[in-house]
Amino acid sequence: MAVLQMQRISICALKKDRKAILEKIQSMGIMEMSQVAEDEDGFEKMDTISARQSFEKKASLSESALDILDAYAPEKKSMFASLEGKKLVESDQFAKITAKKEEILEKAERIVACNKEIAEHKAESAKLENQIEALVPWLSLDVPMNCKGTGKTAMLLGTMPGETTLESVYEQIQTGEAQTDAVDVEIINSDQDATYLAVLCLKADAGAVEEALRAAGFAKPSQTVHAVPAKETAELKTKIEQLNKKIEEIEEEIKGCAKFREELKVIGDYYRMRAKKYEILGTLPQSQRTFVISGYIPKKAAGAVEKAIGEHYDCVIDIDELKEDEEPPTVLQNNAFSSSVEGVLEAYGLPHKGEFDPTTIMSFFYVFFFGMMLSDAAYGAIVAIACFVVLKKYPRMSASMHKSIKLFMFCGLSTIVWGILFSGYFGDAVDVIGRTFFGVEVSVPPLWFAPLNDPMKLLIYSMAFGLVHLFVGLGIKGYMQIKDKQYLDFFCDVVLWFIFLIGLIMMLIPSDIFASIAQVKIVFPPVLNTLAKALSIIGAVGLLLMSGRSSKNPVLRLALGAYDIYNITGWLSDVLSYSRLLALGLATGVIASVVNQMGSMLGGGIVGAIGFAIIFVIGHAMNLSINLLGAYVHTNRLQFVEFFGKFYEGGGRPFEPFETDTKYVDIKEER
Amino acid sequence: MSIWDNLGLVYALLGAAAAVFLAGAGSALGVGIAGQAASGVVTEDPSKFAKVLVMQLLPGTQGIYGLLVGFITLSKIGLLGGGAAELTPQTGLLILAACLPVGIVGLISGKSQGQCSAAAIGIIAKKPDQFGKAMLFPAMVETYAILSLLISILAVTAIQV
Repeated sequence: MAVLQMQRISICALKKDRKAILEKIQSMGIMEMSQVAEDEDGFEKMDTISARQSFEKKASLSESALDILDAYAPEKKSMFASLEGKKLVESDQFAKITAKKEEILEKAERIVACNKEIAEHKAESAKLENQIEALVPWLSLDVPMNCKGTGKTAMLLGTMPGETTLESVYEQIQTGEAQTDAVDVEIINSDQDATYLAVLCLKADAGAVEEALRAAGFAKPSQTVHAVPAKETAELKTKIEQLNKKIEEIEEEIKGCAKFREELKVIGDYYRMRAKKYEILGTLPQSQRTFVISGYIPKKAAGAVEKAIGEHYDCVIDIDELKEDEEPPTVLQNNAFSSSVEGVLEAYGLPHKGEFDPTTIMSFFYVFFFGMMLSDAAYGAIVAIACFVVLKKYPRMSASMHKSIKLFMFCGLSTIVWGILFSGYFGDAVDVIGRTFFGVEVSVPPLWFAPLNDPMKLLIYSMAFGLVHLFVGLGIKGYMQIKDKQYLDFFCDVVLWFIFLIGLIMMLIPSDIFASIAQVKIVFPPVLNTLAKALSIIGAVGLLLMSGRSSKNPVLRLALGAYDIYNITGWLSDVLSYSRLLALGLATGVIASVVNQMGSMLGGGIVGAIGFAIIFVIGHAMNLSINLLGAYVHTNRLQFVEFFGKFYEGGGRPFEPFETDTKYVDIKEER
Repeated sequence: MSIWDNLGLVYALLGAAAAVFLAGAGSALGVGIAGQAASGVVTEDPSKFAKVLVMQLLPGTQGIYGLLVGFITLSKIGLLGGGAAELTPQTGLLILAACLPVGIVGLISGKSQGQCSAAAIGIIAKKPDQFGKAMLFPAMVETYAILSLLISILAVTAIQV
């Protein structure tokens, strides 16, 4: 239940062992690199950028080859593939694959080249399609489009605006200079936008005829072909056919490469690892014969590193405590139960240097509140069993995923308990089924009480749980202040608030307002009443005088103190915020009842039973998912806003060790 | 006996209806706004679908709260089990008033939460690892819907029929 203590480790060793030592550290994966910035004489940094870039390029080459493979030969993945985690590869297998890395990279290059070819062929075929498209209107022309005519005649091909008729063309020709009857106009095709003409006339008149037609919007076709359009179209079609065949062949080739997928993944990871290693190498200060590695390491792992490296290589290893001004990364260590909420804490921010790790305390409240908000034994059982099965079935899922699923399993268990306390089994399914199908009134009595029958009681309890949560938060603040030896701060910020709040609560409990909410009149003996008044007065006066102690000006000090007392409204709203425990719990139960009621509306009998089953499954699945989301969001909120607001700052840096940073496979170490 | 003396049940049903349609409309607006932002993110990066879907669903709860109060009201006035209760106009109006908080707050907070969710979806688009924090901003808006739900439930259950 704590933040692991970090130490700085520095290793000075001979250059000839550099590769081996770096690889050893990388495979251990427990050291975060942080080189000491001092520039001492004789130490230089090596320029590894070009080597690193070449590795990164190779990694991305294998990556793009994999993408292409996925596009042409998709891998069969189950719905839960993301849960499976990285594949484990034996280290000798890994060595075998990396030994033929050149060959596999060639494959990757080939795949990428194939993809490029396909793209080129596709572009070519699209171009040909366009050409065919342009020829379509001319299809019924039975001479080549670039035909100039015969010995004496000239042929003019072109388009006129849509809906031009044969007569109007002849008339138009007459308006020109030629004014001849020796023309033959044929409309090849016409559509809405254009009329396609072939005009035959005497060579001598050609210029004048064209001039006359152009005045009416005649234009030559943008592209002409040297063959009869129909024939040309057929040729183009065969060309496209050939291209498509080629594309298919190349696709087949890519699909044939699918068997190299696993090897490509391994190779990609291999180059990623090497790129990472060279990145680190570039930061190391090196002299002619030696080099220095420095970084952060958890204290308990320091011995292992010392042993693994110190015993095998000639080197000097220094392990120092951290200096005052160093900001080490944060590593949490918790037991199997509490570590499951580490992901939630990380979402808010890890504890900064010297801060208390609230994971353990938070884990109990988290599971407690989550169960209270979902509060249905059947739903809890579904969640817990589903999570348990997933955990057992996919043991290799990523660590953070493992934690969150484990968290939901514990939350499911807590939900079962709350469901039994409040008698929620798919809402009131037992009652409804008994009444509708068997005509008997059965119901499972709640172990504690049914919230819908007595919401005020649960409201009081919700707020009481909230108050405990908040007091624990304030207590942790006090604990940290004592640890830092800030005794005055502890007294003023924590003890005085406790006195003040406890006094106020003790005054509230015997009052009429409380009695009307709780429907119970609680009478304290007069001594307690006096004590309550005394406590709240002491607390209030203390806060008034002490909260502004940082200010020298007495007036300002009192004003700051008064403002701090005003924070009591903040406490009030924090406590009221816990009423969501009641509201969300009721929401689950009532919507479940709505579902059951809707199902029972079809009545008894076979039809009723089938209808009931369908409505039951769909309705409860929806209710479960929406309330699961609600419970998750609002439990987080209670932790982040109300609880952490009392003491926690966060802002720690996560630990990023130098490790085998792979994407697809994990390499099994030889033991 | 004038017609005004028989309207108790009508008022009560009006309350249930107001709770459902106001809060439902708020959720519809909110989920719609968030859904537009979510679709934008998914066009760029389909792998964020699950995360933005959760964000889009956050403003959907107001509608459920409205349904909840509506259902409690209906079962209270006996419209569900057959045999509607005899309500005086006064009781009917009391129930109507009790239903208003969740309806009105649901309408307004649903829309606001939708806008907030849309902004939080922007966080997911750029920094998917900040999911936990992004989710918290819309959840802040929801607090007030929960408070109004609480008052509506307490009020409806407290009214003697």
